[in-house]
Amino acid sequence: MEKNPRMAYGAALLELAGKDRRIVALDADLCNSTQSVQIEKNLRGQYFEMGIGEANMICAAAGLALCGKIPFVHSFAVFVAGRPFDQIRQGVCLPNLNVKIVGSSAGLSDFPDGATHQSFEDMALMRVLPNMTVFSPVDAVEVPKVVRAALAIEGPVYIRLNRNDVPVLTEDSTPFETGKPLVLAEGGDVALCATGLMTDLAMKARESLNADGISARVVNFSTIKPLDAEAVKKALAGVRALVTAEEHSVIGGLGAALSETLAENPLPMKRVGIADRYGQSAQDYEMLLEHYGLTPLAIAKAAREILSRGK
Amino acid sequence: MDRELVTSLSEKARSVRLGIIDALGVGNRGHLGGSMSCADIVAALYFYKMRHSAQKQDDPNRDRFIMSKGHSVLAQYAALAETGYFDKKILGTTKTLGSILQGHPERTTPGIEANTGSLGQGLSVGVGMALAGKADGLDYHVYVIVGDGELAEGQIWEAAMAASHYGLDNLTAIVDMNGIQAMGKTRDRYAIGNIPGRFAAFGWKTFEIDGHDMAEIVDTLDRAAAVRGLPTAIVARTVKGKGVDFAENTHAYHNNLLNVEEREKAIASVMASAMSAK
Repeated sequence: MEKNPRMAYGAALLELAGKDRRIVALDADLCNSTQSVQIEKNLRGQYFEMGIGEANMICAAAGLALCGKIPFVHSFAVFVAGRPFDQIRQGVCLPNLNVKIVGSSAGLSDFPDGATHQSFEDMALMRVLPNMTVFSPVDAVEVPKVVRAALAIEGPVYIRLNRNDVPVLTEDSTPFETGKPLVLAEGGDVALCATGLMTDLAMKARESLNADGISARVVNFSTIKPLDAEAVKKALAGVRALVTAEEHSVIGGLGAALSETLAENPLPMKRVGIADRYGQSAQDYEMLLEHYGLTPLAIAKAAREILSRGK
Repeated sequence: MDRELVTSLSEKARSVRLGIIDALGVGNRGHLGGSMSCADIVAALYFYKMRHSAQKQDDPNRDRFIMSKGHSVLAQYAALAETGYFDKKILGTTKTLGSILQGHPERTTPGIEANTGSLGQGLSVGVGMALAGKADGLDYHVYVIVGDGELAEGQIWEAAMAASHYGLDNLTAIVDMNGIQAMGKTRDRYAIGNIPGRFAAFGWKTFEIDGHDMAEIVDTLDRAAAVRGLPTAIVARTVKGKGVDFAENTHAYHNNLLNVEEREKAIASVMASAMSAK
């Protein structure tokens, strides 16, 4: 089954904002794409159109937060995390304000629009900022849990969302805890550590590895920062190697976060992600994922290589 | 205009200027020129116009002040100390390791409403505060001091558009137009042109004043607060370094040190200029 994370996001935000008048939504003329339109349509006094001006939008959200509001600020990931980086750093994270930044159409998911609209850098940018929490939900069922977790944090949060329908891997009852990875499938040789859509591809890679007699564990990371080092250690206990998989640059995202977490007690590791390069337009999402090497085949290949290196 | 009020506010402005010199200290680099140029405006806001109190710092109905040209925070520190937000003795710790008085405004300082210093952001924060005031039906007013050099930041004009779009009559921008930025005269370095005309074109009600004429400052703050339906901009002609004769009208004291002798001369100059104003 596939479901759309941004639609799930709009519904979740509407539900929460309906109960808590402090929640306000801001958007930079993309409220239909980001689904903050749900607030504009249903809770009009809680929506602010900020025009196509992301820098002002972030700082206005800071001002709203300083007056007791809980702003959720929306645009495409590349525009809301990249363009106003200084405003997020100085205006939101330094004073540790209660502002939630929601980056839609992340990764390659805005496939037709090309490099300008695709974001492989947002997790790196948001992760480096002190006080910031970074979420990258695995599927649409998890999205409402992530939004509730973001609301429970008194401080800045970044949520990364896919534009397209993505496979559902979790259930309502699946636990979600900030900072803790989730083992989705057991295995003893290698851990496939993935986030977002890539977790589904890691599940598929696991099947092909299992068919070859390699036991692969799939560990999903919906929190990129902070990472609970103890929980990470537990999730990786016993494996000989790990492969990370993310729809993001191999620089600065999940792979980097795990490298840093494991730096003192390293495991052999390979990173599957977008090589140090920009995106481009394509006719469909699958084609682009394939072109940039974000496939079950690539994950399985990385796992085989790293295990054979260990022998 | 109430003569006594103007005299007492001018005395407060002198205290702010002396506080700036205290905060600058001896041998520490700091922004004397831009702090002095807005000292009269800061005094009028803190000691006349704004509803605020060191005893009720989280009063939701307090007026808000944002020093968007954050390097001029020394003037704000001096006003906050004078009003009792912290001990005046702390002014001397400005910019030293571990001090609550950082080189640019941070919320960790009592009375500082917003982090600024990366130029161009303060007016946007003011927009957010003013929007929240409208949304919650509170009648507080938000004041933001911006520099004329700072107007080169495009975000200022994004904020200007947002403020007029939402009819934020609870927001007043005060341009400290001292005409000098870090590297020289603004008109030579990066001309910003007709400032009142630009704000007017963005849908703001504008006023032009002498930023050192206390009676005019007070009167214009009252008139701006009475405007309904649109944001207000007060463009104040000021003198960089005002009150410290050797620092006036030069960019040499944009960010500078004072040695012991210069500090004494600066204090004497502030005292003398305050006397002559009477």
